[in-house]
Amino acid sequence: MRRWTAVLRTPLGLTATVLTVAVLLLALLGPVLLADAAAADDTDNLLAGPSGEHWAGTDNLGRDIFLRTLVAARLSIGLALAATAIAVAVGLLLGTAPFLLGRFGGRLVVAAVNVAVAFPGLLLALFFAVVFGVGALGAVLAIGCAGAPAFARLVQTLVAGVAGREYVEAALVAGVSRPRILVRHVLPNVAEPLVVNATIGAGGALLSFAGLSFLGLGVQQPAYDWGRLLFDGVSLLYLNPAAALAPGAAVLLAGLAFNLFGECVAKSLGVTTTASALAPRGSRRAPGGGRAAATTARDTATGTDGDGDVVLDVRDLEVSFPGEHGVVRPVRGVSFTVRRGEALGIVGESGSGKSLTALAAARLVGEPGRVDAERLELLGTDLQGADSRAQRRLLGTSLSLVFQDPATSFNPTQRIGAQLAEVSRHHHGLDRRAALARAVDRLRSVRITDPERRARQYPHEFSGGMRQRAMIGMGLMGSPALIVADEPTTALDVTVQQQVLDLLAAIREADDVALVLISHDVAVVREVCDRVLVMYAGRVVEDLPAADLATSARHPYTRALVAAVPDMTTDLDQPLATIPGRPVDPADVPVGCAFADRCPLVSPRCRAEDPPLATDPGGRRVACWHADETGAVAPQTRDVAARPPLEVS
Amino acid sequence: MALGEAPAAVATTAPTQGRPAWSGPWRRFAVRRAGRLLGSLWVLVSASFLMIHLIPGDPVRTSLGPTASADLVAARRAELGLDDPFLVQYWHFVQGLFTGDLGTSLSLRLPVQEVIAQRLPATLSLAVLGFVVAVAIAVPLGVGVGALTRRGRGRRTELGFTTTSVVLGLVPDFLLGVALVYVFGVGLGWLPVAGDNTPSAYVLPALSLAVGPAAVLARIVRVEMVAVLEADFVRTARAKRLPSRTVYLRHALPNALTASLTLGGMLLGSMVAGTVLVENVFAWPGLGSTIVSSILAKDYPLVQAIVIVYGVGVLIVNTAVDVALALIDPRSMIRED
Repeated sequence: MRRWTAVLRTPLGLTATVLTVAVLLLALLGPVLLADAAAADDTDNLLAGPSGEHWAGTDNLGRDIFLRTLVAARLSIGLALAATAIAVAVGLLLGTAPFLLGRFGGRLVVAAVNVAVAFPGLLLALFFAVVFGVGALGAVLAIGCAGAPAFARLVQTLVAGVAGREYVEAALVAGVSRPRILVRHVLPNVAEPLVVNATIGAGGALLSFAGLSFLGLGVQQPAYDWGRLLFDGVSLLYLNPAAALAPGAAVLLAGLAFNLFGECVAKSLGVTTTASALAPRGSRRAPGGGRAAATTARDTATGTDGDGDVVLDVRDLEVSFPGEHGVVRPVRGVSFTVRRGEALGIVGESGSGKSLTALAAARLVGEPGRVDAERLELLGTDLQGADSRAQRRLLGTSLSLVFQDPATSFNPTQRIGAQLAEVSRHHHGLDRRAALARAVDRLRSVRITDPERRARQYPHEFSGGMRQRAMIGMGLMGSPALIVADEPTTALDVTVQQQVLDLLAAIREADDVALVLISHDVAVVREVCDRVLVMYAGRVVEDLPAADLATSARHPYTRALVAAVPDMTTDLDQPLATIPGRPVDPADVPVGCAFADRCPLVSPRCRAEDPPLATDPGGRRVACWHADETGAVAPQTRDVAARPPLEVS
Repeated sequence: MALGEAPAAVATTAPTQGRPAWSGPWRRFAVRRAGRLLGSLWVLVSASFLMIHLIPGDPVRTSLGPTASADLVAARRAELGLDDPFLVQYWHFVQGLFTGDLGTSLSLRLPVQEVIAQRLPATLSLAVLGFVVAVAIAVPLGVGVGALTRRGRGRRTELGFTTTSVVLGLVPDFLLGVALVYVFGVGLGWLPVAGDNTPSAYVLPALSLAVGPAAVLARIVRVEMVAVLEADFVRTARAKRLPSRTVYLRHALPNALTASLTLGGMLLGSMVAGTVLVENVFAWPGLGSTIVSSILAKDYPLVQAIVIVYGVGVLIVNTAVDVALALIDPRSMIRED
């Protein structure tokens, strides 16, 4: 019950509740208090307009329309509730039938309900109005029967949901009879959403009833409900508009009250209704979001030596998002270069900023994110500043991206060929035919068999590995100098992972294309890449040749990462190694070295000062005060259960 | 690029090689969808046939009233074929539908098909117009507000839009019609409020019919748009550096629409029946006014026929929505319903 009262906490919920209670009170008390006054004829004032005495004027017998509207609340709401009760009862009967009747009979009922729900309620109501006859009783039955299929569908869905649960199956296996299970286990579990939807249904029934009475098919004189008053009032619309507007407003208010009350309760209980619209879960936008003052230690710049071999040059890259408690910086001062034909790996745990670094370099961080950099150049062209056509063309043809999940990265409503061809049509100005021919050629180049036929297919007709190869093929529509692949094999079966890696390697060799491979998988990076950037808490903590990873990593975090990779010599009787502690929350980065809390070599200096990323004579970079100490850095194997595994992305 | 060599053992080449890629799923879709349409049609026809038999007592006596002579009742019963065996009546009813002979209206003494042929165009034009107006309002509005409120932007816009559309969506068409008549007909005197004689007479009925569904549909479209703009394939489209127009119209919109249509299809179907109330507000000379007057007059053959016409209209809309879905998003064909 406490969950039901949660509805009172929102302004809309409170309004709806107050309105509903007021309408119900009016229905209870209105006729008791006002019936006589509403029936009184004021023969001096026939068909009068609104006045101080008669707020909404009078009808042809001189009766006060405003009072009649108030009194009509009981009949209107009573009839609506009766119709709702019928709808729910018939709906329950039809909705639980599939559970009780077993396979064949159940299917028949489901099919019948499916046909019935396809027809609008009003049409069904008219149909039943003919069968049950014109009048209040006929209309109650008609609206009740018309609402039944929707409730039946709802009950079917709810019952089917509960029927699959273990305790119901256990009861079935134990030989408890189905009607008994229905009453004991199923119905109590579907009661809540049913009541909520019945409330919404009552609002709908109220409006439908007004509709039928307005058509003259519902309540007949001398009885009157709101719809009947509206029916009488509309003929007087030119004489006294209030005669129609008063009952119209009453219907609307009451209908809205029931509907909104039901919707608000549904929302606070988490009950889904067909009408409830989902609010997007976006991050809150906060003002500000500029660059922070020099609180983070900047990496020492890597020299580019001015040679033309550099494909991507990133210096002091920072990505920031407005957060609830100020600006969050998931990437803080990252610098690196990628040369022609080079394969650079970026490794790190989830949340280390590796994917965001790549997205930022590709200028794909959308609002409300913000990217700043001292330098961000692709093939010598500055990518910052205005989004010019030339810049877009350069990015569209020279930089190609491969994303983690090929299943969701293609547009499901377009053929694969068209999605590839789009690149050439837009950036190279090719016509449809020529662009498609190139797309087919590119699909062939990524080893997709029968590319002409495949190009005409939709993404869902491709297998996962094939989709990822097609994604790579899409990147080859231009003449890429750099491929950025963000966990390209994570979502794939182990058996096709190698195919994709081989393909990337082949492309790299054939055209001297540079590759940035983002991965949590140290083994993959070691196999594919020349050089590795190790990221931790939004910073580069080490930059070293991939070949040195296993033997001469200098940062304790890198060494822990490498040691956590199982290999053929790993003792499988021991728990797999993990790095103790948790990754740093980007919203709460400590003052000193971000790794200090998890580091076996931690010293007071580490907690006070963030070590700079220092370049050694060999071009390797490391950010650690204890870079050259060899301490006990082997990852612990105790208490595995209490600690997060190395990678959970 | 020298990658053309040796297609390295690619898995899953479908066995449909050689045939056009779409033939299999499309044929299955067509068969299943046609089956459902025929099944629904059969239910519709049978239900309207049964309607007259479900009425308690003698429908002809009910229709003609207690004062009618026994001879007249007997004559009408014979005319309606009510004295034939049940199945024979059913057979004649179905046969009549195929030959376009729907019987004679009891109140108008005219062949039912003539009444329908005369009244259908007014209803059809109103429904189609309402339909077009609803979609023309809902889609751009939903897409626009969706774009404005993507990634949690424009909180106030979102709240204002959602509140307005929830309330507007709940206002029944006939109440909106009465209000429009009051404001534009009685108050301002700008627009005609009855009949279908001038093009301007279509404005208020079409608006009354369209506003509610448009509000609901726009809300659905917005939610779907916001969701689609977060999708991976939109990021892919951005990564291709397509102009934002192309990203929105070619990549985001079709996907937002398919999701919206799945939910909004029923809504569009209900607009067909919505014409009944709206026609009665605006004295529209269509089937909606006729069905109400014939229900009141207990003119059962006419009611039966009009129910079938409305039902067929709804089924056509539902089928059209499914076909449109299948065209925009082929995955919807293989989804089981």
